[in-house]
Amino acid sequence: MAQYQNIITPIQVSGPAEEGMPLPRGDSPRTGKPFFVRLFGIIGNAQIGPIYLGYLGTLSLVFGFIAFEIIGLNMLASVGWDPIQFVRQLFWLGLEPPAAKYGLKVLPPLAEGGWWLIAGFFLTLSVLLWWVRVYRRARQLEMGTHVAWAFAAAIWLFLVLGFIRPLLMGNFSEAVPFGIFPHLDWTAAFSIRYGNLYYNPFHCLSIVFLYGSVLLFAMHGATILAVGKYGGERELEQITDRGTASERAALFWRWTMGFNATMESVHRWAWWFAILTPLTGGIGILLTGTVVDNWYLWGVNHGLVSPLPDLWPNVVDPAQ
Amino acid sequence: MKLWLPFAASAGALLAVASFVGAGWDAPPVATDQLGFRGTGMYHHRDVETEAALKAANVAPPAPWEADPSGDKASALYQNVQVLGNLSGDQFNQFMASITEWVAPEAGCNYCHNPDNMASDEIYQKVVARRMIQMTQSINVDWKAHVAQTGVTCYTCHRGKGVPAQVWSTTLDPKPAGNMTSNRSGQNVVAVNAGKTSLPQNALSDYLLGDKPIRVHSTTALPTGKNPAGTKETEETWALMVHMSESLGVNCTTCHNTRAFNDWDQSPPQRVTAWHGIQMARHLNVNYMQGLTPVFPANRKGPEGDVLKIGCATCHNGVQKPLYGVSMLKDYVDAVAVKGSTDVPNFSTYIPGKTEVLGSAATPVTQP
Repeated sequence: MAQYQNIITPIQVSGPAEEGMPLPRGDSPRTGKPFFVRLFGIIGNAQIGPIYLGYLGTLSLVFGFIAFEIIGLNMLASVGWDPIQFVRQLFWLGLEPPAAKYGLKVLPPLAEGGWWLIAGFFLTLSVLLWWVRVYRRARQLEMGTHVAWAFAAAIWLFLVLGFIRPLLMGNFSEAVPFGIFPHLDWTAAFSIRYGNLYYNPFHCLSIVFLYGSVLLFAMHGATILAVGKYGGERELEQITDRGTASERAALFWRWTMGFNATMESVHRWAWWFAILTPLTGGIGILLTGTVVDNWYLWGVNHGLVSPLPDLWPNVVDPAQ
Repeated sequence: MKLWLPFAASAGALLAVASFVGAGWDAPPVATDQLGFRGTGMYHHRDVETEAALKAANVAPPAPWEADPSGDKASALYQNVQVLGNLSGDQFNQFMASITEWVAPEAGCNYCHNPDNMASDEIYQKVVARRMIQMTQSINVDWKAHVAQTGVTCYTCHRGKGVPAQVWSTTLDPKPAGNMTSNRSGQNVVAVNAGKTSLPQNALSDYLLGDKPIRVHSTTALPTGKNPAGTKETEETWALMVHMSESLGVNCTTCHNTRAFNDWDQSPPQRVTAWHGIQMARHLNVNYMQGLTPVFPANRKGPEGDVLKIGCATCHNGVQKPLYGVSMLKDYVDAVAVKGSTDVPNFSTYIPGKTEVLGSAATPVTQP
């Protein structure tokens, strides 16, 4: 019976655990005795551990935990330490940045946004340390640092939203609150305040790359799964030693749309689309309020807005 | 044995059932009306089942009888008639019969009156009712820009209840722990008056009692440094807008072309009506509701001790035109479509159970 790996991985090979290459002098050892989980093997690799934490990973987790605790405990305090309300309203709860009147004050009163700044500080520290760790682990394995730079693109957007743009605007009240619905409400309010982000060309670009990433991911994932029965999942081997899977995948797209990516170039496409999403998005956010105050009117000035017939000529602003 | 398949299937089935039953969707059929130019997404979606229930719940009751305007005036027939003195005896009694049905159908006349001395102001409900009649007259005379010729009566809000079902007051619940923990800036909990969003929960106080600027947009493409509003102010405005939307059962696009919320040139005329409605609600809360604070007992006030106030839902009750636009005014023209005395007594002198006459009991001058 033919075996396909398209939905789950039905065959799991067990053997001695992989310990990885030895680490150079000065590195802390990888921690944890490796073990196997059959369930994980269905969707990925069955071997769990060892993990390399090191001081960067450990500090990153500690700082991340501090930020998580500050946010969570303030959410709990914001409903009067009531655990029932905490659970019922969890998605509504948040931690707000300080009001505009505090400007860029380093530590406004804790109750009025001070905790937001502290949480943001620790979260930023945690994310940056994790970035260094990602970079260093890649170097250690003598890989390229593509993952680190992709992560850096996301950090760029994160810092623009929470730090760089508020600095340029002169107050932290412009930054995003922590919390599920609060940050979503912020997003919509931000677009409304600055005259509709749809007319922000960098927002347009970001959406193109976001949806483009989705399309590329779907095309690539589907292609590799489709040639799985010829060993197509061994992509990297097929980059250098082109096998029948790679050939079929290439021919499929060439015959379907006249052009095909290669086993290597499709990953370049995917990487650039992915990192350009937060990169262009971050530029769009950075320009909003700082150099453009109403994107709709900016769009009118630059021919982005389609004119509409005046359906209600008698409507005038009653306040005038 | 492969157990994951039944487990995954049951989890998926449970999730599917929960998302259908628990999420409060508007089940089809949904009727859709186009409001604006094609391609602008300006549609009004109506859930057909919900609408049937709304229609049944928003029916204007008929007048008990047609009142005879001739005969002696109520001011000559009865004592302490301060606002409705210009009505004929029959009109006065017809209006009293109606107001009983509208406001206190179970308690009857005694909800406001001492049966041994109908003229006495000792029951606080009577003092409130008189002020509310003045308010209704003011709405019908001064706020035609919002209520047009349809007008309002007590029933528009009261619907057979002493306190209208949809009123608002300051709410701080659930209260933050205080001290140095986050005070959550009056938001980030379920905001009952803002469509259960996490938007600022007391936005109505800012706009329908205070007159905080609602407009947050800049009217120039590039920054001029003159617009003080940021995203936080926008969230407050949005909370008011969600309240309006929920109160009327309409979407943003009933009043706005959402590509440019602030642009009046692209807005349907409903936005002008709504603008006057905001001014009206603020006027009524400031000039009528707030002044009655000393008269109301504690159990008729909000949890923070402020008086229950008027929002859009108070009259609209989930319908774009209250009572589906049916006017009840024609049967009560002399009672509430014209202004009686506009005198305001000093409510702080009111002592429930004691004050027999609050304000001037002299024959009022009725303005046409």
